[in-house]
Amino acid sequence: MTDFTPFQSLFGGSLIGLASVLLMLSMGRIMGATGILAGFLSPASLQDWGWRAAILAGMATGPLAFLLATGSMPAIDVPVSTPMLLIGGFIVGIGVTFGGGCTSGHGVCGNARLSTRSITATITFMIATAITVYIIRHLIGA
Amino acid sequence: MRLFLSYFIGLIFGLGIVISGMANPAKVLNFFDVAGTWDPSLAFVMGGALIVTFIGYRIVFRRQEPLLGQTFFVPAPKAIDTRLVAGSAVFGIGWGIAGFCPGGALPAIGTGDGRVLMFVGALVAGIFAARFLSRILETRGQPVTA
Repeated sequence: MTDFTPFQSLFGGSLIGLASVLLMLSMGRIMGATGILAGFLSPASLQDWGWRAAILAGMATGPLAFLLATGSMPAIDVPVSTPMLLIGGFIVGIGVTFGGGCTSGHGVCGNARLSTRSITATITFMIATAITVYIIRHLIGA
Repeated sequence: MRLFLSYFIGLIFGLGIVISGMANPAKVLNFFDVAGTWDPSLAFVMGGALIVTFIGYRIVFRRQEPLLGQTFFVPAPKAIDTRLVAGSAVFGIGWGIAGFCPGGALPAIGTGDGRVLMFVGALVAGIFAARFLSRILETRGQPVTA
């Protein structure tokens, strides 16, 4: 069980939205984790690598800022085995590359632009995730 | 200036991710487990992020160009193809197996949790595997979209 946290989640979600708006306003870029990571791994230029590296460094400072603000590290409970974590991660990498985005790029930024591709992608991965979780938890019982 | 601003924006994003619960696989998987230990919190993450971005983008796109650049790098409208739908479905399967999505895992690196690092390592391997696969499909002359 995890606690239902509507206000905390709404606030966190709003910050994700704020970051998305600020990145578009300043650099004209989509705040998509997949796109930023993909460009970081094979940058077009040193300048292109720089802002991506800076964003990723900022992201990774999030937990520390959370620690300073609340006095504790954010909870990370991983209810899956190590092989599932590795296989899942590998599959996610393949999917987001072919799908051209993930929860942040398609799910937030693309949907906010009312992009039909992003809306299609979001509906597709939400359904696929729900079916996968159902199969693993209720049919296989892992 | 660009670097400082990028860092600051990444920090806001990362803070939002950890506050919202997106960096916590237990919470993410429970959102999708409607038939079991359902936790609807993630709908509020999506709701909050979408409302702010939807309104904010409308204000930003009144401008001709971003503050520190010449163009908005927004994907051109394209038809919905198999590549998009199949890729998204595969992403969903992986997300359902591991409980992390890229946006949730990257900020979580900052906790130093070894499981996060394992997921991100596998994620990066998957990205390079997909690029390799994509090149093979292209050199065979098959449309990648099929």
